[in-house]
Amino acid sequence: MAAKKHRISISADECKGCRRCIPACPKKLISVGNAINIQGYVAVKADHPEDCIGCGSCFHQCPEPGAITIYVEE
Amino acid sequence: MSEKVKFGRSKVFFDPFERRPGPIKKNMHYCPGCGHGILHKLIAEAIEEYGIQGKTVIIAPVGCAVFAYYYFNVGSISVPHGRAPAVATGASRANPDSFVISYQGDGDLAAIGFNEFIQAANRGEKISVFFVNNSNYGMTGGQMAPTTLPGQITTTSPYGRNPETDGFPTKVCEIVNALEAPVYIERVALTSTANILKAKKAVNKAIENLRDRKGFSLVEVLSPCPINLKMSADQVNDFIDEKMTKFFPLGCVRDRSAATPVGEQPPAVIRAPEEVKSLLLPGVSENSNAADASKFAVFQKERRVKICGFGGQGVLSLGLNLANMGRLSKLNVSWMPSYGPEQRGGAASCAVIVNSGAISSPMVDRDCDLLIAMTQTGLDKFRHVLGENGILVYDHSTMAKPAVGPHQKVYGLDALAIANSVGNPKCANSAIIGALSVILRNNGFSESEEKAFDAAYQDAITENFAAKPAVLKQNLEAFAAGKKAALE
Amino acid sequence: MKYNHRLLLKGNEAAVYGALLAGCDCYFGYPITPASEIAQAAALLFPRLHRTFIQAESEIGAINMVIGGVAAGHRCLTASSGLGISLKQEGVSYLAGYEMPAVILDITRGGPGLGNIGPEQADYFQLVKGGGHGSYKCLVFTPNSVQEMCDMTIDAFHMAEKYRMPAYVMADGVIGQMMESVELPEPATDVYDPEWKMGRIVDGKANYITSIYMEHDDLEAQNVKLQKKYREIEAKEQRCETYCADDAELVIVAYGICSRIARGAVDQLRAEGLKVGLVRPQMVYPFPVDALQKIVKGGKAKAVMSLEMSAGQMIEDIKLAVECKLPVMLCNRMGGNVPGGDEVCAAAKKMMKELAK
Repeated sequence: MAAKKHRISISADECKGCRRCIPACPKKLISVGNAINIQGYVAVKADHPEDCIGCGSCFHQCPEPGAITIYVEE
Repeated sequence: MSEKVKFGRSKVFFDPFERRPGPIKKNMHYCPGCGHGILHKLIAEAIEEYGIQGKTVIIAPVGCAVFAYYYFNVGSISVPHGRAPAVATGASRANPDSFVISYQGDGDLAAIGFNEFIQAANRGEKISVFFVNNSNYGMTGGQMAPTTLPGQITTTSPYGRNPETDGFPTKVCEIVNALEAPVYIERVALTSTANILKAKKAVNKAIENLRDRKGFSLVEVLSPCPINLKMSADQVNDFIDEKMTKFFPLGCVRDRSAATPVGEQPPAVIRAPEEVKSLLLPGVSENSNAADASKFAVFQKERRVKICGFGGQGVLSLGLNLANMGRLSKLNVSWMPSYGPEQRGGAASCAVIVNSGAISSPMVDRDCDLLIAMTQTGLDKFRHVLGENGILVYDHSTMAKPAVGPHQKVYGLDALAIANSVGNPKCANSAIIGALSVILRNNGFSESEEKAFDAAYQDAITENFAAKPAVLKQNLEAFAAGKKAALE
Repeated sequence: MKYNHRLLLKGNEAAVYGALLAGCDCYFGYPITPASEIAQAAALLFPRLHRTFIQAESEIGAINMVIGGVAAGHRCLTASSGLGISLKQEGVSYLAGYEMPAVILDITRGGPGLGNIGPEQADYFQLVKGGGHGSYKCLVFTPNSVQEMCDMTIDAFHMAEKYRMPAYVMADGVIGQMMESVELPEPATDVYDPEWKMGRIVDGKANYITSIYMEHDDLEAQNVKLQKKYREIEAKEQRCETYCADDAELVIVAYGICSRIARGAVDQLRAEGLKVGLVRPQMVYPFPVDALQKIVKGGKAKAVMSLEMSAGQMIEDIKLAVECKLPVMLCNRMGGNVPGGDEVCAAAKKMMKELAK
């Protein structure tokens, strides 16, 4: 059986740019973005969200409740 | 492709955070990279997982997490600095079916509120405490905390924490481990994902213990405070993993969860009026003989009695007996002791006032009708309060006959000897009251008033010693002997 | 079964009976003379009704346990004296800020500092004027008998709940320590379940309780709301008893044990033909301003005497109440001394002599 597909979604306006998620991603999918969000922070972005393996490491590292969401196919 | 959320915002959080003032409603107020958010998520997920949201209460004292009620959709209160475990105690005892969490920082728990914390732990309150140790005071701008490391520079340790003058970091888990009651104690760190997942397990266990009412759980969380520590995300993780853990080793310090049975609910509060009365009030005595003395001529004004002697002679209980006799005879009475340490030795005195009308001041400092002196010292102290027509009764077995004024009367009684003769020196009281019956008859009491006095004594002493028939019998004998001695 | 409601109780004990009969579920306290019988009676009686008694680790612990119990939706009681009340003040300020009701018994003793265990009334300022930080008030009942210790503890719960604020029952050591016969009322049958209690779910959201308002305008609005409530209380809830006051040339104002001594003194002075009367505040917050205003307007009174066991604390409220229209003099004892009836009579006579000049 093939592994289920995952997807990472980052809500740019909910990110405070602390960057705890960047080294936490084993696939190195997260990087610093280039825009200032509504809170005044430089948010991170997910470069290839569909390459996410759904480990949840970035989510657990993130201090914000909903800045990072990981989806899995049903 | 249809998909579902695997990791996302917990339903225990409000969405949006309407209670948070200002335009930002999706985020918490914490600084970027702060560990509070990480821990809030773990707690919210555990509350959700263990299904206790409806009855959970989070106590958030002064500190960065004082606004926890913006975020968690559970009962919440922001409380004085350091006092969360006391508030948690009150909330948990008052509502034993609630699940109470105390969420505290290091200044709050380990400094200003250490007593409240350690006492709640020692009582084994059925609460879970999450202790955020970030080595400084975050909310007020990075001052020294009890958990600040030696040499660590903060805004109030600008030359570095000096153990010579500031002491060493407070090891909370290890201190709590010296207590008997706590069920679960663990220290975790919010650094690597592996460590965060260990923290998640610890939080879950503390919440599980809460659900099962097993007792006191403590999870100490080494938590990043990158802004106050002026570090990046990586640097602050390294600081915790390499420096803080030297003083605060990670791991489980105690886990008695498995061996501790699920806690039982205390019995429901009794409110039914009949049951309340049956537990608070004595039954009405059916064989009361005491008369209604409120019409007696003698009680148409205040009758003031002073009793003095040493503690242990029954000075206070003699007064109490007289007051109870008055109460049973439907008179207004007051009884006022000399209170404090002297009750437990040394000089003792009390004042009793009996009246059919209202009693003014319960103090007897003049115009005393009856002074009962059990010792010479007591007499010396209080003889001046005796009115010019007053009666003085003294214990002949302890003192010589005192001189009195021209209109005052004096009666001596071997009260202690009488009490010893009935086999209980504590019955001197009753001997004196027996003698009083005769003395008052000789000083204005009618025959029926004397009878009423005796009946009131019998009722009062019977009520007092209802559960001790042997002592009751001795007292009644002493009363009779006192009466007989006075007649002689 | 018939029960005997008429018991001989200490003031301290009567207050505990009153609390239980009012439906109080929790007692949290720390022993202190001359209030210790309250903790002792609570330890004996609360568990008997399956209610909560905790001997707290400190006064601070006790008042914060009260905060927890009250927030959880229960009637709670604590008690202390003088210095112990000083320690509780932070928590009382929070109660006022939360707008939560609680009853605190203060069996006053001598101060400042450790003072002594004798009866003083020098807690007046810290109870009536706020005591802790912030512009807040507490209801302050001043019983002068053991019966009132019971009755006013019950009243204190009701009024505290009506206005959602802390209420004190302030009694001096004499009232706390003395015994009198008391007629105990029937137990309360009401169901206490405040709508504001912590954790109640309203529209899917759990209630919270706080006293923090970060926006200055929000905190100002909360203060305005509190002050409006206090003005309403001052207009509606004044309580006092007057005795021979209508034609009195000298009006004594006294509460607690002093009021009983003053009443005896009034009788004695009246017997000697002197027109002396008494105003006895049954609450000192709100202060019985109307009764004193009435005396001023009556035109008979020439002076007012404040009889206190303090250096003169209530006298400030009397002066405010009579608005400088009558001279107000102080007759006081301190240190745990209780003024004697003769002493009060002599002071009154001296005062009347001076007025006659």
